[in-house]
Amino acid sequence: MTPIIETQNLMKRFGDSVALDKVSLSIPRGSIFGLLGPNGAGKTTLIRMITQITAPDEGQILFDGKPLIPPHVSRIGYLPEERGLYKKSKIGEQLLYLAQLKGMSKARALEKTKEWFIRLDIKDWWNKNLEELSKGMAQKVQFISTVIHEPEFIILDEPFSGFDPVNSDVIRDEILRLHSNGASILFSTHRMDTVEELCTHVVLIDKARKVLDGSTKEIRAQFRSNRYLVDTLAPLDMSKLPWAAEESNREVDDHFRSAFILQPGQFPNELLSDLIQQAQVIGFQEELPQFHDIFVKVVTQNQFGL
Amino acid sequence: MNKIALIIEREYLSRVTKKTFIIITLLGPLLFAAISIVPAWLALREHTLTTVSVIDQSGLFADKLKSNKETVFVPIGQDVSAGKKAVQKDGDHHLLLVIGQTDGKTTPDVQLFGESNPSLDLIGLVEGQIETELKNITLKQSGIDPALVEKINPKVNIQTKVLSDAGEKEGSSVAATVVGFGAGFLIYIFIFLYGSQVMGGVMEEKTNRVVEVIISSVKPFQLMMGKILGVALVGLTQFLLWVMLSYLVAQAAGTLMGTKSSTSKMTEQIAVDKETQQMVDKTSSKSGFLDELSRVNVPLIAGCFLFYFLGGYLLYSALFAAVGSAVETQQEAQQFMFPITVPIILAIVMGQFIIKEPNSNLAFWMSMIPFTSPIIMMIRIPFEPPFWQIALSMVSLILGFLGTTWLAAKIYRVGILMYGKKVTYKELWKWIRYSS
Repeated sequence: MTPIIETQNLMKRFGDSVALDKVSLSIPRGSIFGLLGPNGAGKTTLIRMITQITAPDEGQILFDGKPLIPPHVSRIGYLPEERGLYKKSKIGEQLLYLAQLKGMSKARALEKTKEWFIRLDIKDWWNKNLEELSKGMAQKVQFISTVIHEPEFIILDEPFSGFDPVNSDVIRDEILRLHSNGASILFSTHRMDTVEELCTHVVLIDKARKVLDGSTKEIRAQFRSNRYLVDTLAPLDMSKLPWAAEESNREVDDHFRSAFILQPGQFPNELLSDLIQQAQVIGFQEELPQFHDIFVKVVTQNQFGL
Repeated sequence: MNKIALIIEREYLSRVTKKTFIIITLLGPLLFAAISIVPAWLALREHTLTTVSVIDQSGLFADKLKSNKETVFVPIGQDVSAGKKAVQKDGDHHLLLVIGQTDGKTTPDVQLFGESNPSLDLIGLVEGQIETELKNITLKQSGIDPALVEKINPKVNIQTKVLSDAGEKEGSSVAATVVGFGAGFLIYIFIFLYGSQVMGGVMEEKTNRVVEVIISSVKPFQLMMGKILGVALVGLTQFLLWVMLSYLVAQAAGTLMGTKSSTSKMTEQIAVDKETQQMVDKTSSKSGFLDELSRVNVPLIAGCFLFYFLGGYLLYSALFAAVGSAVETQQEAQQFMFPITVPIILAIVMGQFIIKEPNSNLAFWMSMIPFTSPIIMMIRIPFEPPFWQIALSMVSLILGFLGTTWLAAKIYRVGILMYGKKVTYKELWKWIRYSS
């Protein structure tokens, strides 16, 4: 299937500094794509190119297999990190306006706006000015403005900031609903728990360059530590084990935790069969790489040119 | 194109429905009404008659004092104390004038008694009449007929004629001056008033951060032009409403005053009432102001006014938009506003000299340079400069605003997304050279 977005060798300079250096990536249709990277890495520049706010100096962007052109804006929704709407305009009118700017007819925009007001249970907000709302409420309006024109591709920059846990869940459910209805989603976030939970694909950008790219499954496999955590009811006698422990018998609540790293060619069953002869094993699991750690590892390596 | 229309619609509607717009639109004509009606009302209201009893000890003045609508002079013999008693008894509208001894060569003592201080008008009237009489006595004693003096104090009204291919035309210099400067001044006000509205609007969108949402849907240029054109329509609406409401108010005032519902009638009436000879001269003589006004080339002036009104606004509002996009606070804006406002202020200041010499070199060049032409050319238009000059000036203004818009768009598209950076002129130059 043609990717929804494909970038080819994107270059962007601002004066002497390079904001993006030959970034090529492909966002598969139907994916939830995590765009990660430290502050100032070039994420916003990349997003602004996809939203056609700025143009690349070199390289090109394909939308659904065709070069990106202005009419495509109606098929893209964008929630910028710095939120903002007109403070002194009525919310209903404002959403109508923004939907029409995206190319919707007035009638259709009205229909969709009403639909969202009912869905998020904010019917009595129509005639309120934005400045009368709390920050969280304004964020909801902003989210609606991003997706009201039913875009196929939705760009969300830190979508959960400013939401309390309850509303955060409401928005997450809406995002997942849009995704299951066929939208592809690009997340730009620093919250790795969001990445773990939602993303199917990830790209990491650092210092204007792409440093990591792949599906979350592939990346987890790539950064697999082969570290196994073992919980036993009694302490293990390490001297009698043919395995080198990285951590031994740390007391956790009512049991003891040890960690072993398997070398290539060694299998977890072999370790387990040795362990059960010594003590009751109540837990045995591979320690999966956390995206937090992957992020830190890759960026640090890149920092020191490793 | 459709999107620009949407932006224009929003800018327009959100502004004309604001309370301040409605209040200012209504207050404008009321102010006009106040300026035009109050003097008329003062002139036309019921006159209260003041009686001035005159005791003339010299015997030279009593029969020379002329009464008018508001004041009646009544000689009452020589009894000062009886006169004073009568004044005290009658109150406010009875005064006592006592003119002392004189042979006409020296100035007499003149005293005016009343229950309260008499009005300055009345004092002026009495002083004037006594002074004139004293002058006449001196003239007569020197053997000069006062009527002769009146004759050698003549009035000359020049009728200006403009020579053109079509033959001689009655000129209209006085009216041209008033109309030209008035139009130039309106354009000056309009540029400032609505230019700063554009700037404020751009700054609001930038500081609200709504701009990133909008320009992910439309080109920055569309947003900027939509705002500029939307505000232009607001300005035109306000101006037209002012003209219409002022006209209605003038009509209503005319009817209210019981005159034949025409403003010129009203003016005439005021003029007659005041009995100031000069005014009567002006309205009745052929070179009168109202006559001149009717000879001014109205279609030319109206057409040019609309053109320079919009052209000047478009040229400057693009620059105002650029400033608004580059800054985050009003203080920062001041720094960049300064060089923009200099040519406008220069134009209105120089206009006062140019109006005296509307065909000078200075006038020509300032009406060609697009930064000053909207005001200067408008001042010159009623003097009917050569057609080629008007055409050249218009072309230059169109090129001018295309130029400023192009430049402004380059600054704007970078500026609106630039935060937390103190912008310098060097920085602006860098933005202009960025590729999109």
